[in-house]
Amino acid sequence: MGAPTSPNYQVDEAREELLIRCVQDGEHEAFYELIRPYQRRVYAAAFAITRNNADAEDIAQETMLKAFKKLRQFRAESRFSTWLIQIAVNEARMRNRRARARVVEPMVEEQDAEGNYVPRDFADWREIPSETLERKEVREKLAEALASLGDIYRDVFVLRDMQHMSIEETAKALGISTASVKTRLLRARLMLRDLLAPGLGGTWSTRLHLAKGTKPW
Amino acid sequence: MVVNCEQVWQEISNYLDGDVHPNLRAAMDTHFQECKRCKAVLEGTRNVIDLYGDERMIDVPLGFEHRLERRLEETIHPSRRGFLGWMVAATAAVLAASIFEVAKSSVLNQGEPRSEHAQSGAGVPPNMMVVVSEEGKLFHASGCPFIHDKAHLRTVVAGEAIKEGYTPCVRCMKKYLQADLEQAVDDLAGPKAEHRST
Repeated sequence: MGAPTSPNYQVDEAREELLIRCVQDGEHEAFYELIRPYQRRVYAAAFAITRNNADAEDIAQETMLKAFKKLRQFRAESRFSTWLIQIAVNEARMRNRRARARVVEPMVEEQDAEGNYVPRDFADWREIPSETLERKEVREKLAEALASLGDIYRDVFVLRDMQHMSIEETAKALGISTASVKTRLLRARLMLRDLLAPGLGGTWSTRLHLAKGTKPW
Repeated sequence: MVVNCEQVWQEISNYLDGDVHPNLRAAMDTHFQECKRCKAVLEGTRNVIDLYGDERMIDVPLGFEHRLERRLEETIHPSRRGFLGWMVAATAAVLAASIFEVAKSSVLNQGEPRSEHAQSGAGVPPNMMVVVSEEGKLFHASGCPFIHDKAHLRTVVAGEAIKEGYTPCVRCMKKYLQADLEQAVDDLAGPKAEHRST
């Protein structure tokens, strides 16, 4: 059960280990090289959780600073990227909690929905080609669909499907069981599919503020 | 083994992750061939995973990387000055180095001067990891904003970079150049003292 991988995320692990040792031994300049492959991913994780550009950028910076300060404590039990994303996720969730506390929302942790999720759209799937991601409006609509998920589903989906973490890494990062990860992931994937499905024009117009028949692909 | 639509929906995520028993997988494969509705759910879910997992989904604001490196630099090297300060410091370092060169070669006339590269890189730890570009003449610490041709960088140890003819960047290698200069001062002070004693 390997995580889906993208060639862009492949890093030379031996070189990464060497860079970590260099920083731990005081060669601080090596830190820039160490984090370069993950800068965008850390931002993306923070943005997916906070849905705010300024917050995400701030969190990305805080994450890297924390990583630099705590690198001596890093043990190669987990991947460096997982460790880094975990710091970002914790920062982002903490910020979300603080923001909610300010708007006097009760601090109640979202619960898993009961019962199985039943897909709502069964029309033939019209594929959304990945080339359409070049278009900003497509990315924005996908981001809106993701933002409409409940926190507990979105967080799992972000780590597993956007950050390409394994089920175990996702569970560890969020402090939940692997069974919960799988249940939430299933629901998140099916909900997003329904939100983007060709047959649910009503969903688009009401939940994503798109007029019927104006999907950007 | 036969599965119905509801069972398929509950396992579709694990199926896509390759996390189902081979018997269940075979049963689901058969089901997808026969059930258009579940086939549509499968294709849509796979499409969703592919789209969101694509790196193009990551849209960072303009200048994000630059601002991040600047913020890091403030913490990692709090004593570093701004760009102008660096230019002044770099110019001063080059001037000082030139003065010492002239002093050593024309006034004291101390033997054969070492090669330009060996002298200028002498203070840099030979095992330190640095980056060089094929077209460049300098070696840099990674993250140095004065790196040109960032698309064709390669990482080597400083000793190797010096052997290949690269010289240290006066900005990011300042502390080593200062050490080099101090050594030059010591070198100058040594012969002078000997001269006085004779």
